[in-house]
Amino acid sequence: MNLRRDVFQAIADPTRRAILLLVASQSLTAGAIAANFDTARPTVSKHLQILTECELLKQEQNGREIYYHLNPNKMKEIADFLEPFHKMWDERFNKLEAVMKKYKSTK
Amino acid sequence: MEQKTKVNAEPGKQVIDITREFDLPVELLFKAYTEPELVEQWMGTKVLKMDSKRHGSYQFETTADGHVVFQANGVIHELIPNQKIIRTFEMGNAPFGVQLEIYEFEKLSDDTSRLNMHTIYESAELRDQVLKMPFAQGLGMAHDRLQNVVGKLSSH
Repeated sequence: MNLRRDVFQAIADPTRRAILLLVASQSLTAGAIAANFDTARPTVSKHLQILTECELLKQEQNGREIYYHLNPNKMKEIADFLEPFHKMWDERFNKLEAVMKKYKSTK
Repeated sequence: MEQKTKVNAEPGKQVIDITREFDLPVELLFKAYTEPELVEQWMGTKVLKMDSKRHGSYQFETTADGHVVFQANGVIHELIPNQKIIRTFEMGNAPFGVQLEIYEFEKLSDDTSRLNMHTIYESAELRDQVLKMPFAQGLGMAHDRLQNVVGKLSSH
């Protein structure tokens, strides 16, 4: 299974992004998460399953309840993934700036 | 060194926003995009054609060892000197489709300026492919370096 692709598919869905935002500040049960959405409970469960499978969410057993919380390491991995693209543009614009400064001084 | 370039690519959208402040007057920043010989220098590609005006077009090509390694072309839809360029961009032999590029050139002071670049892709999936490309290339380069090292080791 291509985990990398799955993470990007996971965060492409607006409901799943909303879930990630919800649990960013506190651990919540599936019921508490579902209470924030108009969608049917099984749909929310499916979203939680996908987010857990690609490790964006972690489950924690607390007594009889399962709490979901954010996995910051996985979130960081997504940010790191974009870093080479960011770096490519930063270097390209540094070059532009250097070329134009040289051009300016020869005029 | 801190990166001066800001990249914003919201998940699920088909847009990439890139913003950068330059230590250059806005006129020079604009020139860097419209004068073929300057584009060649900072983009590191040959400019086969560049007609910097409304409905003009451009064509880039890079060769290495007699092979074409990069090709791109597009049409300029709007060009307002020192303010705005709207153009299409399509890479040859690449599965990324045509992208619409909107460049906003902004004067900050007599010697500084800002570029806002909005790029719109045909779909969110294609945009994600473009975002991942430098990452994949980085992996490929690391792999090539490793191959070289291993190649040298085994030839001893």
